[in-house]
Amino acid sequence: MAEQSRNGDRPEKLSFWQRLMDNHFLLLFLGVVIPTVFYILWGIMEIANLPIAE
Amino acid sequence: MGQFRQCPDSGFFFDKSADRLMKANAVAGIVALLIAGVLALGVILTRWQSIHLLPADTFYTVLTAHGINGLIFWIIFFEIAVLYFASSTLLRCRLAAPKWAWAGFGLMLSGAIMNNIAVLSGKSSVMMTSYVPMQAQPHFYLGLILFAVGALIACFVFFGTLVIAKDEKTYEGSVPLVTFGALTAAIIAVFTIASGAIVLIPTFLWSIGYIAHIDAAMYRVIWWAFGHSSQQINVAAHVSIWYLIIGVLFGARPMSEKVSRFAFLLYILFLQLAAAHHILTDPGLSSEWKIFNTSYAMYLAVLASLIHGLTVPGSMEVAQRSKGLTKGLFEWLRKAPWGNPVFSGFFISLVVFGFIGGITGVVMGTEQINLIIHNTIYVPAHFHATVVVGTSLTFMALTYLLIPVLFRRQTFLPRVAQWQPYVFSAGMVTLILFQLGAGTLGVSRRHWDMGFSGATLSFDYAGTAYMMMAVSGVGGVLAVLGGGMFIVVAVGSLIFGKKLEPSAGFLQSFALAPLAPEVYDIEQPEILKRAEKLPVEEHGSSGFHAPGTFVLAMILLVCFVVYYFINWDYLSSVWPMS
Repeated sequence: MAEQSRNGDRPEKLSFWQRLMDNHFLLLFLGVVIPTVFYILWGIMEIANLPIAE
Repeated sequence: MGQFRQCPDSGFFFDKSADRLMKANAVAGIVALLIAGVLALGVILTRWQSIHLLPADTFYTVLTAHGINGLIFWIIFFEIAVLYFASSTLLRCRLAAPKWAWAGFGLMLSGAIMNNIAVLSGKSSVMMTSYVPMQAQPHFYLGLILFAVGALIACFVFFGTLVIAKDEKTYEGSVPLVTFGALTAAIIAVFTIASGAIVLIPTFLWSIGYIAHIDAAMYRVIWWAFGHSSQQINVAAHVSIWYLIIGVLFGARPMSEKVSRFAFLLYILFLQLAAAHHILTDPGLSSEWKIFNTSYAMYLAVLASLIHGLTVPGSMEVAQRSKGLTKGLFEWLRKAPWGNPVFSGFFISLVVFGFIGGITGVVMGTEQINLIIHNTIYVPAHFHATVVVGTSLTFMALTYLLIPVLFRRQTFLPRVAQWQPYVFSAGMVTLILFQLGAGTLGVSRRHWDMGFSGATLSFDYAGTAYMMMAVSGVGGVLAVLGGGMFIVVAVGSLIFGKKLEPSAGFLQSFALAPLAPEVYDIEQPEILKRAEKLPVEEHGSSGFHAPGTFVLAMILLVCFVVYYFINWDYLSSVWPMS
């Protein structure tokens, strides 16, 4: 992705990190999915796999 | 007639819809703070054993309402105001879907009222955590659900405003750092609120009899994704406000925007995982899960806080030094505007959040040494350092900034405002330090009677523990006084403060009507230009442009290392390993 530079004559190449930071909905996706997987799903799977007391 | 007004003092542009919504949310938040503060007095005067003010049932009712109003309603109402400010005002953009934003506010307000009615009736004294199988009245859960849905709508109004700003090209380049920090807060809020819905909707159905059983262990895992992450929204929000305040007061720019943005990215990716520290002693969850979420992932979020802790005062130091305050290591700090409550509130919150909240947070997040203080009064002491001094005092400092800018009133009783951050923080720091000490001695949190009078199984705490709880009570009373000073200044300013804009009347202060139509005289503000690159960014690190901050950071490191190993020493005395 490129953006016009401030003087407008040549496109400015944006780094990967810049593009990541500017993609707000990708950040939203990552910020929801990572804790959902590592904290909630992993935790729930461990509890769900506990043997039931008899 | 236009849609925007420009504040003549600050230069900020306010969209008419966002203007009123910010006021409404801020005022609702301050009302919740008032309730939390009054109830705090009941809590501390009961835990102060020689006074022991309230009977047991009233104590738990008061503690529940204090927690929910202080940790959820005050903070989130105010944060929504911050989100609207960081999107609409800072990006010079109209607010997306103002009718939806009002609907969200209505849901939040009705949810907060409903929940307070349930708690204060005395039949839902289940603490903020409402752990099952303790059951509250259905409208306790329904109130929280409505509040969460309203807050979620507000978050999407924020995202919608970012989209509009990008589409209508109201700014050049990337969003400003403060807006990026608010974006971080909004992302964490979405995860938080979704987790709240996942846990509270079934619990509500359980309370009305549609579901027979809620698994207590699963409840605790998911609830803390809601309960602890809600406090992580605060961290992102108040760090953003720190950057805003140093920008407004000192004209400071971040030492490195890239590094600061990267630190916010670390928050987005890892901060919520720290919720696991609340269940480090729970059975059923593996050490792998506990250690990954706390001792690995959480440390990446701690790294982010350390970065902000260095760059915020560092940026201020660079700005101050550029104005000639270069003598010694700390002239820039000594000659800071300590009489301005916006600055003093911000800087005290930064120091207490970093030194006390940060260090105790890492101790609590370490599985082994967490055992010493788990579920003791140490835990509330920690989150009073992070949320009450870190977040609330920052929000108070921002309020002093917004009274003239947003509400167009002069500050009421400015001398009281000048003293307020000092009185409040002195009280809170006393409370925090002595509760940390009492917690280390094992004093339980959420416990009506540490004397165990009449209990079958009792325990005798050392006399020092009683003394520490008494001193923390003195600190708590002082903090309530400081909180009261804030309420008097804030509400007094809205009602009695001298009008900076003739149409800024009572109705306008409380968002019941807009300012006069002619005030909104701008159709569309000029595009927000990208800031010129600083020379230092072209040449790499500016670390040694801020030697005073570097020394402060080293002091923090030494305090952390010493305190961390003292706790390992405590642990070895609890569990003799020899």
